[in-house]
Formats: sequence, C-alpha cells, structure tokens
Amino acid sequence: MRFTKDHEWVELDGDVATVGITAYAAEQLGDVVFVETPEVGKTVKAGDGFAVVESVKAASDVYAPISGQVVETNGELSGSPDVVNAAPEAAGWFARLKVTNPAEVEALMDRPAYEAFLATL
Amino acid sequence: MPETPPELPAEKVLKTTPLTQAHVALGARMVEFAGYDMPVQYPEGVLKEHLWTRDSAGLFDVSHMGQARLRGVAPLAAFEEVTPGDFIGLKPGKQRYSVLLNRQGGIIDDLMAGRPVGPDGRGDDALFVVVNGACKDNDFKVIDNELAGQVVIERLEDRALMALQGPLAAAVLTAHVPEVATMVFMDVRALTGFGVDLIVSRSGYTGEDGFEISVPGHAAVSVWNTLLADARVKPIGLGARDSLRLEAGLPLYGHDLDETTSPIEGDLGFAVSKKRREARDFPGAARIAQELSHGPARVRVGLKVLEGAPAREGAQIADEDGRVIGVVTSGGFSPVLRQGIALGFVPPLHSEPGTQLKVIVRGKAQACEVVKTPFVAHGYVRKL
Repeated sequence: MRFTKDHEWVELDGDVATVGITAYAAEQLGDVVFVETPEVGKTVKAGDGFAVVESVKAASDVYAPISGQVVETNGELSGSPDVVNAAPEAAGWFARLKVTNPAEVEALMDRPAYEAFLATL
Repeated sequence: MPETPPELPAEKVLKTTPLTQAHVALGARMVEFAGYDMPVQYPEGVLKEHLWTRDSAGLFDVSHMGQARLRGVAPLAAFEEVTPGDFIGLKPGKQRYSVLLNRQGGIIDDLMAGRPVGPDGRGDDALFVVVNGACKDNDFKVIDNELAGQVVIERLEDRALMALQGPLAAAVLTAHVPEVATMVFMDVRALTGFGVDLIVSRSGYTGEDGFEISVPGHAAVSVWNTLLADARVKPIGLGARDSLRLEAGLPLYGHDLDETTSPIEGDLGFAVSKKRREARDFPGAARIAQELSHGPARVRVGLKVLEGAPAREGAQIADEDGRVIGVVTSGGFSPVLRQGIALGFVPPLHSEPGTQLKVIVRGKAQACEVVKTPFVAHGYVRKL
C-alpha cells in the first residue's frame, strides 16, 4: 500500500489500483455521511479531484493519487458511507483505476514514510 | 483531503471562555469561532452528539454569546425603537425572540430578550439580552448609539453561558435547581443554584426542550462538571449545535439572515408583533408593511434533498425547468432523517410545501422538495 500527502492510499494489483482515504483522513473527517464516487469509464489524472466525501458538516474533495481510468467503484458506499470510518483502508475503498503509469504508484510514500509524515502534522 | 484548516497566524490570539480548558481536557477538537477557541466536537463525534441531544441531554458551552442587562427609566419601551417586538407588553418572567433592525428593515442580529424574575415573583425592569457572539460588539454599539440617554448597557462579560438541551434536560436540572420544574418554554428567572446566582431560561436553539443557564464565570467549571457527572448528560460541540438547529428549522445569523434580510423574508413574521404592525413604529417599518401586504420578493423555506449529496450553503436552487431561482443559505445532513436538508431563499411563487425544485451540487441538478419546517418536531414544553 502506498500513500499521498493528501491522505489517500493506493494498492496495486497487476495494472489495477484500488484507491481510498487513510485512517488518519477518516478520523479527521469524522462521521462520513455521503460519498460521491467517480463514474466508471472516467479518465483521471493524478491530482484531479475525483471523489467527494462528506461529513455531517462539510464536503471534502478526494484527489486521484495516480492517473488512470476508473474501472469499478465501491457500490457499498452509497448505502453505508460509514464503512469509510469503520474500515477506511479496506472495505471503505472508493474506486479501482486501470493505471496508465505504474511508476506513479512507486513514487508515492510507503507506510513507514507516511507514518513519519503524519508525525510531522 | 485538505480537511485540516490552515494554520492561524501566530499573532491571532483567540479569546477563551471559562470552560476552554475543560473542553481540551475532554479531548475536544477546538476551532476558531466568533473569535473564540471553541469545541467543534468531542471524541464521540458530531453524529453521536447530535443523536444524544435528541434522546437524552446535551451540554453546550455558549459563553461566546453576548450577555447584557439594559437598564434605564423605561428600557422596555426604549428597546422597541430598535426591534419590532412588543416589549412594553413583555410580562415579568418571560423572554422573547426578536431581531435588531437597521433603518431599511434588515436584520442586524437576532437575539433573546427577557425579564428575569426571582423566586418571589419580583424582578426589576432591566432587560436581559443574549445576542450572537460574532455580532455582539456591533449590536451593543448600535443599541448604545440608537438608545443613548435612554438605556445603559451593562455587559455581563464575567458570566459564562451554557445550554442544557434535550428531553431529559428538565429532569437533570431539576435535581440541582428545583424551581426550574415549574418553568415553561420562554420563561426566564433569576435563581440560586449550584451555590451561585443564575439566570435560567427555558429555551435554546436545538428545537429540544431545555435551558440556557447564565452563571458567574468563576463557577462555570464547577457547574459544567456537576452537570456532566449525571450519566444522562454529555458535552456537545458546535458541530452538532449547528446540525440540531438546522433540523429544528431555525435560521443562523450570518448565513440565513443578514443586514439585507427582513424578518418577513426570513420567515420571522412572528417576531413582528401585531401591535407594532399596526403602529409601524420600528426601523424599516415601511418596507416590512409593504412585504406583509404584498409579499416579499423572496422567502426562507426548508428543503429536503431527495437524491444525491447534501446541499451546502451557496448551492443554487433551480426550478424544474432549470432556471436558477434562489440559493441555499445553510444546509447539511440530518442525522435524524438521514438525508440532506437545507434552508434557502426562493420567490414566494415557489415556496409552497410540496413544490418540486432542484439544488445544484457540484454541477449536478438534484431533486429537492420544499417542506414545512421544523424538519424534526420541536420538543418545547409550552404547558405543564
């Protein structure tokens, strides 16, 4: 699993990457009440806003950590957005992307680097 | 995930309340609000705090709000020069919701004003006023300017204010201050409780039964901890305070109301008393009379979002043909209804409950419906 400074995570399996937000992000957001996932087929560039996660109070953008084409979204989030709080780095995933450049994943932080980054916040 | 607010400039020193350290000790997440360092939520989070208040009793620190006594020869009559309420007719022991008006009939702030009486049924004629924290300095300046020579404003800076809200609030508070058991909605009394002098009103801004309790600042921590020692009470932050007042359909100054909004547009016609409507002797009376007889250009309504994301402040409201007709002034997710709810302004033609409209959220037109407010029924105790 790899991580961004914007608190997204990426897990690569072949050329498909699963993407979600980190436990730290879920904790900061508080109770997630709505998740807007991108449409399947959409092409995104690393850094694009590609999903929106809402707490009771506020909406926050989720940025695509890597470039690729959306091949699947997590349908469970429409009925149970609280899965993001319960299991942010597992069942609370947002979308799967067919990656165009696997090197983008390699360039992200590994867990020790992300945890070191969190310690600076 | 740019959720973390930007660092405040180091020179910006936030004001504290007598309870600030108590919030930090409880693990609250603190934010800047109205210039104060305030708890937005405690570790349980907004959703649980909200539902706890609806089911049991929630305790809020609202010490950032402005408390004052207006004294003078005839402070009630004087107050009618800046508000549209019937204050001359305000009985001892009662308080009213009202608005400070500018000369165009726009709302400078909304407020509560009352005549606290002691247990002996007697009270002085001073008016006890509570105004919004972000507006208080300007409010008192306006009152001082407009009513110079008629009232003296005694700001109660040394008092804290807390709100105990929810269906079990009365049972909790009665254990400490037995006299509150005989109060009904909008009663206000000067009482002794927790070993200090209190000003207690049976009111609040969550839609629930409950009380606002003004206490001397030095006693605030002790009163706060005594109330929290009751298992029925939990501390509640500003996040849930906002979602509770939204469900209750109550407008928030600076969002749903501002200096351009009249009380008629703001759906606060009840705050313009019958006597004053006839006398037309308040600031902006000409505009307000015109709006009462011919209807305002826009009016505040409640909206239920029928599909998609919650609509937030600033979202456009469109008719079924896609024409933009208004704007959301506050909106969010209702923890009780589990859907998006909002307050916004639309032309009266589109304001009837049941009207189907759209809200534009991030470019998407989502179905919504005009509904009667409150979104969740009020729990006020009007009769014992």
